[in-house]
Amino acid sequence: MSSLKKLLSGLSLLAFLAVWQGFAVYLNSNTLPTPGKVAVIFWQDCVSGQLPFHLGVTLLRLVVSFSIAMLSGCAIGIILGRNKKLDAFFDNWLVIFLNIPALVTIILCYVWFGLDESAAILAVVINKIPNVIVTIREGTRALDQDLLEMARCYHFGRRKTLIHVIWPQLHPFVMGATRSGLALIWKIILVVELLGRSNGMGYQLHLFFQLFDVASILAYTVAFVAIIQLIELVILKPLDKKSQRWRR
Amino acid sequence: MTHIRINVHSKTYPAVGQAGHHLAIANLNLSLNAGEFVCLVGPSGCGKTTLLNIIAGLDNDYEGDIIIGKQHTHPKIGYIFQNPRLLPWRTVRENIELTLDKNQSPAIIDPLLEVMQLTHAQNVYPERLSLGMSRKVSIIRGFAVEPDVLLMDEPFVSLDAPTARQVRELLLKLWQQRPHTVLFVTHDLREAIALADRLIFLSAAPMAVISEITVPIPRAERYHENAIETFRQQLLNDYPEIKQLL
Repeated sequence: MSSLKKLLSGLSLLAFLAVWQGFAVYLNSNTLPTPGKVAVIFWQDCVSGQLPFHLGVTLLRLVVSFSIAMLSGCAIGIILGRNKKLDAFFDNWLVIFLNIPALVTIILCYVWFGLDESAAILAVVINKIPNVIVTIREGTRALDQDLLEMARCYHFGRRKTLIHVIWPQLHPFVMGATRSGLALIWKIILVVELLGRSNGMGYQLHLFFQLFDVASILAYTVAFVAIIQLIELVILKPLDKKSQRWRR
Repeated sequence: MTHIRINVHSKTYPAVGQAGHHLAIANLNLSLNAGEFVCLVGPSGCGKTTLLNIIAGLDNDYEGDIIIGKQHTHPKIGYIFQNPRLLPWRTVRENIELTLDKNQSPAIIDPLLEVMQLTHAQNVYPERLSLGMSRKVSIIRGFAVEPDVLLMDEPFVSLDAPTARQVRELLLKLWQQRPHTVLFVTHDLREAIALADRLIFLSAAPMAVISEITVPIPRAERYHENAIETFRQQLLNDYPEIKQLL
């Protein structure tokens, strides 16, 4: 990023904080605490270990459910994209799962499998998988047939074709599914925790809501927005840069 | 080097929309001697690429049989497509290495790069290559697998004349160093005369052989435009039926 872009990005963040501070001072109410007050609560909860614990629990659920959803969603998406008959058979299933509200899936999972960890993970996975399948299926349908023919002609075999011909073409679709998936899963996990778990960010936010503790709600919000930004900066952007290095 | 027999009784494309069935090839019988360089010359859309796809095993929806050498399964094919079809996310060297067998050493690529004057560009990604350079990489890839047959589908089309001539000369140099049985498709008669041991003229669809002519010009004289032009004129006079194909 050029220094001008960095400067603009920093200035925009400062402007956001200034607007927040301005409104908070003007309203002078507990329903909108100042950024300073939120920062103090954030620090206190970090030192007490409360925030890292609940954030860690939620992150663990995120990693497990995200991995299951992405791996199985990519595999099913590639299979449906390459096989027209299977795609025709399962297309209706996909539409049904895409349109079931997240809340319904979560409630049904808890009712059918009990208020435990596996039901919570399953609820998140079922909500995310259809999105991954649809994105990867579209990517697979758009694969360059000329390159696939070249791979067949030169006897690449399945493994080599997947790694060197198919996967690089699916990369933008996988990254799209990853980014939208992270955002979606965060939100679903919070509802899952709010409804049926006794720890995690969702559980804590529910508690703060009952206490009308807006400063803590904002402190926890800042924490997970920061984590998502960190994942973007440390994992996703370098991955993007590495896989796109061949472009002019 | 491998002998090849091609018998395609029929190749039909199914009806699409308003268009009915299209008979692309009917009763086509060809034979290539081991190490022979054969050029197929025919009008655009006559089914030349279809034939190459059938030989390469990319199109199995036809009636007939293709016999390559004594092998009946998985003959090694080098296919130099009209569009170079390089993987844009792999370097020049990686694109060639990927096609090699497990028992082939990557070191065999070095002399091929040298002949094609591409040693300096081996770690470059295809997007940074000119079309001529991409075509050369595609030719190296075809030779690197040490194929039973090398199929070339108008590999010099859309190159400017000097570049096409340079790549053609390098191709001949490579082929003379490493002779393979080659089936080369073109609709440029001068190019065909410059390269081939034998010319096979094909009709418009359904494709059939019109005439087969051996090129008597010694290889050393093929670099002279005059010799090629004289033979071309002689062909057009002796075989007036091929004029309509060009």
